Amino acid sequence: MRFAPTGVNMKTISAIIFPVLVLFICAFTLPQQSGLKASKDRGKVVYDTYCLACHMQDGGGAPRMNPPLIKTKFVLGDKKKLIGIVMNGLSGVEVEGEDYSNVMAPHNFLTDQQIADVLTYVRNNFGNKASAVTVAEVKAARPKK
Amino acid sequence: MSIFRQSFYCLMACLLTLSACAGDTTKVATNSPVPDPDNGGIKLPAGFGGQIVADKVGRVRHIFVNSNGDLYAKLEKLKDGKGIMRLRDKNGDGKFDETVGFGNFIGTGMAIKNGYLYASSNTEVFRYKLNEKNEVADGAQPEKIITGLWDHHQHEAKPFTLDNDGNIYVTIGAPSNCCQVQDRVKGSPGQSPCPILDSAGGVWQFKVDKPNQSYAEGVRYATGLRNVMGLDWNTAVNSLYVTQHGRDQLFQFYPEMYSQKEGAENPSEEMFKVKLGSDCGWPYCYYDYTKKQKVLNPEYGGDRTKAGDCGSKEQSIVQFPGHLAPNDLLFYTGDMFPEKYKNGAFIAFHGSWNRAPEPQAGYFVVFVPFGKDGMPSGNWEVFADGFAGADINRATYRPCGLAQGPDGSLYISDDNQGRIWRITYKK
Ligand code: HEC
Repeated sequence: MRFAPTGVNMKTISAIIFPVLVLFICAFTLPQQSGLKASKDRGKVVYDTYCLACHMQDGGGAPRMNPPLIKTKFVLGDKKKLIGIVMNGLSGVEVEGEDYSNVMAPHNFLTDQQIADVLTYVRNNFGNKASAVTVAEVKAARPKK
Repeated sequence: MSIFRQSFYCLMACLLTLSACAGDTTKVATNSPVPDPDNGGIKLPAGFGGQIVADKVGRVRHIFVNSNGDLYAKLEKLKDGKGIMRLRDKNGDGKFDETVGFGNFIGTGMAIKNGYLYASSNTEVFRYKLNEKNEVADGAQPEKIITGLWDHHQHEAKPFTLDNDGNIYVTIGAPSNCCQVQDRVKGSPGQSPCPILDSAGGVWQFKVDKPNQSYAEGVRYATGLRNVMGLDWNTAVNSLYVTQHGRDQLFQFYPEMYSQKEGAENPSEEMFKVKLGSDCGWPYCYYDYTKKQKVLNPEYGGDRTKAGDCGSKEQSIVQFPGHLAPNDLLFYTGDMFPEKYKNGAFIAFHGSWNRAPEPQAGYFVVFVPFGKDGMPSGNWEVFADGFAGADINRATYRPCGLAQGPDGSLYISDDNQGRIWRITYKK
């Protein structure tokens, strides 16, 4: 890092501002990023165990059997609906104009944390970019006993 | 010498004329077929040639070639509003150059028998009368002979075959993986008895000439079959043979019992010879490809050793690795191929989806030699391969249907790009 020492004032100012800036960045961005990364990492484990068999390693699915998870309106769209698909399963619904003849079973045996993680992973992988899914959002979507 | 030669030529000419006259009077392509230089991009045994005879026909499921050489293709998705395509080779070069569409329903099954063309939707079977020109008389007015069969968005195709006594055998696939209380939910137990078997999970027999038959008029001919896509009536021994798609997700549901690789290879895809009343075991039993034995499914208390009463079920006659998806079966009765192929079985494998993360597999046509007793006389072998292309996990072509031409050539259809190959043998 190089600062042109044009004067004491400049030096002092940067000496104050810089650490503050760094602190600011650390306080907000880093934890958030590492939170996202941790969730994605946990989500990958859930995905490989419970979703990969049908939606494949690259999220590309299997033609006419299982739909892709790449930029579909379900993956990128309303989170409540998306959580509902994982919890309740899906069958007989067109995805991006194609019919898929396999059946996605309910995955309501997954914990709130696992569902949040796997959907955060899916929404930020396979070329997708969308906000994380939180445990609170999953909890809110789960039917009350 | 020369008089010998002369009479020889004379004899040959007479024979040629005779054989030309003895055949079907309707048009048969007269030019001998010319294989493509690269055999249409597929690998075949020595002596065989492949020719792409149609392309981009649509999602071609099962096919049938009429005695005049016309090929009928059943489509899984309507193309220009039509669900059946008639392909005709007008100039006799082997390639189809005329396409005529009719029928406004999607489906899989396709066959011609005794002056009628039969085609199925996912709930019904229709038949069209052929006229004196050996063509469908009225593409808009088929008879509905079977109706009201189950379609629950899983294993919904209704492939069929016909015998020589006026019966048609129709698959009703089970809309289920292993008849669990909750389909495909890890830990959900298997239902016993499995209620699905009353209406699906088997092959039903109907009459070819009665309108609007449904469950009440049909006979559950064979049961305990999860999803049969290939079925053919073997006229050499007058019996029905079927190929079953086995269950999925053994590793995903029971990782303590199956390694990932074992899950990819289990259970076997199986071929059965069935008779009236055969119970082939689904959902209670499966054939373990690793252990070479029919054992209980884990949903029914199985531990890969316990056989329960699986020993009393119909045993399969050929077993293949798991998930390869045998989509059509054809007993070869032609004279073009070498003797070993006569009355043997060709099976079109659609290829797997559920072996991940192992590489996918299948996407080939297999041959099983058969003896005079109607039983396999040797191991299965890959006959035609290379349909998947460079990336086996993103197959370009997927074999789905088989048909035999009047000259004994073999036709293979693909439902991914709508390509059709013709396989010939040069003596
Ligand atoms: C047994 C196979 C199977 C498994 C396992 C499975 N799915 Fe699915 N999934 C499907 C099928 C089939 C559909 C489409 C159903 C339809 O079209 O009606 C689907 C649809 C979806 C959709 C909505 C359509 C799309 O492509 O955007 C999402 C999102 C999804 N699955 C995510 C998941 C996640 C996350 C998991 C793991 C927790 C999972 N699935 C496990 C088969 C499966």
